[in-house]
Amino acid sequence: MKLINKSHVAKKMPARLAVNTICKGLFFLATLVGLLVLAILFYRIFTQGIGSLNGDFLQNFASRKPEEAGIKAALIGSIWLMVVVAPVSLLLGVGTAIYLEEYARKNWITTFIKVNISNLAGVPSIVFGLLGLTVFVRALALDRSILAAGLTMSLLVLPVIIVAAQEAIRAVPRDLREASFGMGATKWQTILKVVLPAAIPGILTGGILALSRAIGETAPLVVVGIPMFIAFLPQSFMDTFTVLPMQIYNWTSRPQEEFQQVAAAGIIVLLILLIFMNSIAVIIRNKFQKRY
Amino acid sequence: MNMTLTREKESPAIGVENVGSAALTEKVYETSNLNLWYGENHALKNINLDMHQNEVTAIIGPSGCGKSTYIKTLNRMIELVPDVKTTGQIKYRNRNILDQSYKVEDLRTQVGMVFQKPNPFPKSIYENVVYGPKIHGIKNKKILDEIVEKSLKGAAIWDEVKDRLHENAYGLSGGQQQRLCLARCLAIEPDVILMDEPTSALDPISTLKIEELVQELKKDFSIIIVTHNMQQAARISDRTAFFLNGEVIEYSDTNTIFSNPNDKRTEDYITGRFG
Repeated sequence: MKLINKSHVAKKMPARLAVNTICKGLFFLATLVGLLVLAILFYRIFTQGIGSLNGDFLQNFASRKPEEAGIKAALIGSIWLMVVVAPVSLLLGVGTAIYLEEYARKNWITTFIKVNISNLAGVPSIVFGLLGLTVFVRALALDRSILAAGLTMSLLVLPVIIVAAQEAIRAVPRDLREASFGMGATKWQTILKVVLPAAIPGILTGGILALSRAIGETAPLVVVGIPMFIAFLPQSFMDTFTVLPMQIYNWTSRPQEEFQQVAAAGIIVLLILLIFMNSIAVIIRNKFQKRY
Repeated sequence: MNMTLTREKESPAIGVENVGSAALTEKVYETSNLNLWYGENHALKNINLDMHQNEVTAIIGPSGCGKSTYIKTLNRMIELVPDVKTTGQIKYRNRNILDQSYKVEDLRTQVGMVFQKPNPFPKSIYENVVYGPKIHGIKNKKILDEIVEKSLKGAAIWDEVKDRLHENAYGLSGGQQQRLCLARCLAIEPDVILMDEPTSALDPISTLKIEELVQELKKDFSIIIVTHNMQQAARISDRTAFFLNGEVIEYSDTNTIFSNPNDKRTEDYITGRFG
């Protein structure tokens, strides 16, 4: 005797297929909402900002007159900021990840530290701003300099870089390490010649994504006290400066309609910079990716 | 229980029979009263084994008997596993390697290892072979070139790869990769070669090639090989140790083990009654 009644199964079939189709439609709509909002944002920004985006805009300093306002100080400032954040956060982040994954003993203290680093990645950026204000601006008396802001931003993105680097290092197959140790290599030789070359795509991808976050972040710099209006270029890491998102924030808070257009143009510059950095991450990942 | 006791009384002590032949060759490894724990799990129990120069020593036994654990203590690779504890001693050329003042890096320049799964680096064939020598500080290009040729010839893979030394090792077949790993091991000019089930991931033809190589290599090296393939042990080894549940049940000439085992458990295992 058969336990399954085939005619009953056949009767249920159309309903099952219908549910499948409906679900597909729902998920497509969910995707569409995000895409639509993004499209509207791009449309608005480009129609508003493209008029102001020209050579003068890139070469002028900020101004009280919208037609003369430019992004030069902020663009150069953002680049100066990256010059501090990139080496500091990558060196500290990768160093920490190497220590935690390769050298540290596997015990509850290490686990506790790892969990807390992951938690730090979720701490609001304004908290890091307060930390930077207390430690770098006041205690170390770096004032509102590129160095103080850069170190603050480095701390902000450090957890993200550590976690990304840890994952990349952990993904290196164990048998490659064994092969190296088996020939009498020291731990450091193994890290340098086997682990890091295999982990570098993952580390750089995570690193560049973290830097993209740093370049778009405003809150910690507001807390540190970076000015929004500046009409000169920094000459050293101890000078004060401003960055793209601060400048954009400043323009959007002005009442004049023209400044909204200038802000839109600034956003376009910021977006281009971000897309450029993310493309580098994608290229690196594709170029160096090795399959095991 | 009683039966076991009687049987053990009847059989002569392990290794006693071979005292004569053992005295003829020099010992590379002398293991005495070795115990090993993974946390609470007592994985090796009171192991006493001597291994001899220019011989192939096979270690056989069912899964989980401790044979892989034992071979990994011979180059202290076992230390990569967290929470491992050992007592007793393993003397390599008369020095106790379990003594923490014995640097593992030093030990592993003398004792090479070929692993279960071929594990070449994602580098060129050439770079794979020179990895060890470079690690040890050899920079002279001419010497490195010579090492590459000699090692690849030693592992019987030179003819297959000599025209593509600078191509990625991942383009080789599984059997070729394992011979490359053997060449990489030969490149550091070790004294002893440890092989942890080196053919278990290979097809029969590649397995045969490795077995022939082992026969060839024992002229210059001492080889210790773990295998779950009893025929392989019978074909290639001079002495065989049978492990069961972390203990050495029997250790003697391969011929004796396979034709006239002393212990009932050895006989059951080699005749395929379990394992």
